[in-house]
Amino acid sequence: MDLVNLFVKSIFIENMIFAYFLGMCSYLAVSKTVKTAVGLGAAVIFVLLITVPVNYLLDNYLLQAGALSWLGPEFADVDLSFLSFIMFIAVIASMVQLVEMIVEKFAPALYGSLGIFLPLIAVNCAILGGSLFMQQKDFSGIEGAAVYGLGSGIGWFLAILAIAAIREKIAYSNVPAPLKGLGITFIITGLMAIGFMSFMGIKL
Amino acid sequence: MSLETNPKPQTEEEKKKSEMLLFLSSSEEKEHFLSKANRKILKDPLDDNNPITVQVLGICSALAITVQLKPAIVMSLAVVFVMAFSNVIISILRNSIPSRIRIIVQLVVVASMVILVDQILKAYAFDVSKQLSIFIGLIITNCIIMGRLEAFALGNGVYKSFLDGIGNAAGYGLILIIVAFFRELFGSGKLLGYEVLGHKGVTLAESTGLYALGYQDNGFFLLSPMALIVVGVLIWIQRARNRKLIEEN
Repeated sequence: MDLVNLFVKSIFIENMIFAYFLGMCSYLAVSKTVKTAVGLGAAVIFVLLITVPVNYLLDNYLLQAGALSWLGPEFADVDLSFLSFIMFIAVIASMVQLVEMIVEKFAPALYGSLGIFLPLIAVNCAILGGSLFMQQKDFSGIEGAAVYGLGSGIGWFLAILAIAAIREKIAYSNVPAPLKGLGITFIITGLMAIGFMSFMGIKL
Repeated sequence: MSLETNPKPQTEEEKKKSEMLLFLSSSEEKEHFLSKANRKILKDPLDDNNPITVQVLGICSALAITVQLKPAIVMSLAVVFVMAFSNVIISILRNSIPSRIRIIVQLVVVASMVILVDQILKAYAFDVSKQLSIFIGLIITNCIIMGRLEAFALGNGVYKSFLDGIGNAAGYGLILIIVAFFRELFGSGKLLGYEVLGHKGVTLAESTGLYALGYQDNGFFLLSPMALIVVGVLIWIQRARNRKLIEEN
């Protein structure tokens, strides 16, 4: 039940875009058509699902204060947590590379449709944000981290899908000229975020 | 991401422009420290080529920390530092980085800079560091830094890259501080923690300043959606003043 709660919470209440603005750059740049938005969203779900649990293991068995105690009692007071940024980003960059190679080998059709979005995910703030929030939330087991990664990925996917659909429609509307493009996208995102705030306080 | 879509033609353009300007200024024996071209590099990102409102880079961490003015200022300073020095380092290394692994090299350079900033903040400004929480770490993936490294530092000299770093980080900080100013002023009636609109008491009689007249804070400004809307309005104002920035659709 806790996991279901966490899942729903990470999709709707702590939505990466609407609550924390993570991954906004690609959200704004790649949301012009629904098709590319779906491709990028799927890739983000995939990478978050893999990197958050891997970084969880890394954090718990290597980086945290006392995490190295499995090596022997003399390592019990080693604290490597200042290295976590560089370790996380290295894991993310290499995971993205790995995922890219695997997808290219075993699912060339998917690889073709994701195109350049896969390598660019390495610099998507939502991915690093997922790992850093995981570190802050201090989950008790790896399944919590995995569910959190999956949930926040799905939340991001929903957000980019929604804004892409709205932007396709709004191309036909009469928006004031200086507000066209970026400006109106910001304001719509703000309004959507207000809508998502109504999920606050839901508990399963 | 705009890393791919946006800056490429722009870099070509920029390169041409800077080459032209270099050519023009090469009549002088030595380029002046703040020559016209260099001033342009420094000044452009403040308005015409603002990283947030025009290049659409670095919005990720920009919005979440603008509830109050103080963290926004600290964040801007951190970005100025990281941006200037990672630009310089990448610019020094630009001829020896193999282009296939350049993203990882850039990430490592930026990450080390960010670790420095994070440790300094933890040591000397712990409460601000707590407030910024994960957003200092997220400077690493701030697209504005990667974008400028890709678009500028990899193809330009050290001093120019330094100026470009300072200029872009200042343009980023400018938007951050404007948004934070309005959010803190309207949201909690304070600026940098000082009660500029008067003191708000429990009853009307205990209040001073505007609050004594029945003024109420707009708590909505403290919530995250308002940051997006404030930035949207800023973009609106900027483009209404500067018509060449208007987009097609």
